[in-house]
Amino acid sequence: MLKIVGIMLFGMMVGYTFRKHNLRWIQKAIMVAIWLLLFLLGIAVGLNDGIMNNLDTIGWQALVLAVAATGGSVVLAWVVYRYWFTSK
Amino acid sequence: MRGSLIIVSFFVAGLLAARWGLLPDELIENDFSMYALYSLMFLVGMSIGNDTKALTALKGQHIKILLVPLATILGTLAGCALVSLVLPGRSLTDCLAIGSGFGYYSLSSVFITEYKGAELGTLALTANIIREIITLLGAPLLVCWFGKLAPICAGGATTMDTTLPVITRFSGKEFVVVAVFHGFVVDFSVPFLVTFFAGW
Repeated sequence: MLKIVGIMLFGMMVGYTFRKHNLRWIQKAIMVAIWLLLFLLGIAVGLNDGIMNNLDTIGWQALVLAVAATGGSVVLAWVVYRYWFTSK
Repeated sequence: MRGSLIIVSFFVAGLLAARWGLLPDELIENDFSMYALYSLMFLVGMSIGNDTKALTALKGQHIKILLVPLATILGTLAGCALVSLVLPGRSLTDCLAIGSGFGYYSLSSVFITEYKGAELGTLALTANIIREIITLLGAPLLVCWFGKLAPICAGGATTMDTTLPVITRFSGKEFVVVAVFHGFVVDFSVPFLVTFFAGW
């Protein structure tokens, strides 16, 4: 966990050092790394019968979590908007 | 939206390849994902360090702009903590780790897979994709019910890229700077919060 954050902070320093350069290729490289990792996640799921037999449970739990996360955010968004972003 | 479809199809392709036994044994026996994750984190760090756009956008903005990402993060964690009480088999930290994806499904699912296994990783992937879809499709309703900041907070880490067009359309042009700054801050918080809750 610390290793991951450390690697990211190191990346940030390198990125900041080259801030005058336009590093367009980074976005593409990030996409490729994400494609690879999700392909590997797909493999891990496909090889795991426990998960394959539980996809319906995972589906509705995901929906509940998504609605809760979004719901909590928009309620606080309303508070911030109401008290700080509308002129009375 | 097209980007999301491509990402999901990579996941599905891996799943089908594994089901149909199309994979060479070396790929199954060796775990490359940790190295891929390290490279990804380095690249994400580089892109954040290289991008001074968010800092420039901040100039001339009132300090209250900081409240918007704060509302997103606190609201999300509160919502997830609440449902962790009713979801069978999911602990508080599982739910908080998944919520800390803030719609950044690719990065969060990869992290959670590494720390908590493929099942929770799949749950994180699905939950965070659904969050992006809710924002994309629900933006006009969210503005009606919860005001113009609602699509921004709902969009989480995606508000400087995938959901920026709908935010511009339904919250208005004057909220573009808020959305970009918000996306930057929330995006930045994802690796920290996800690893924090997943490793807890």
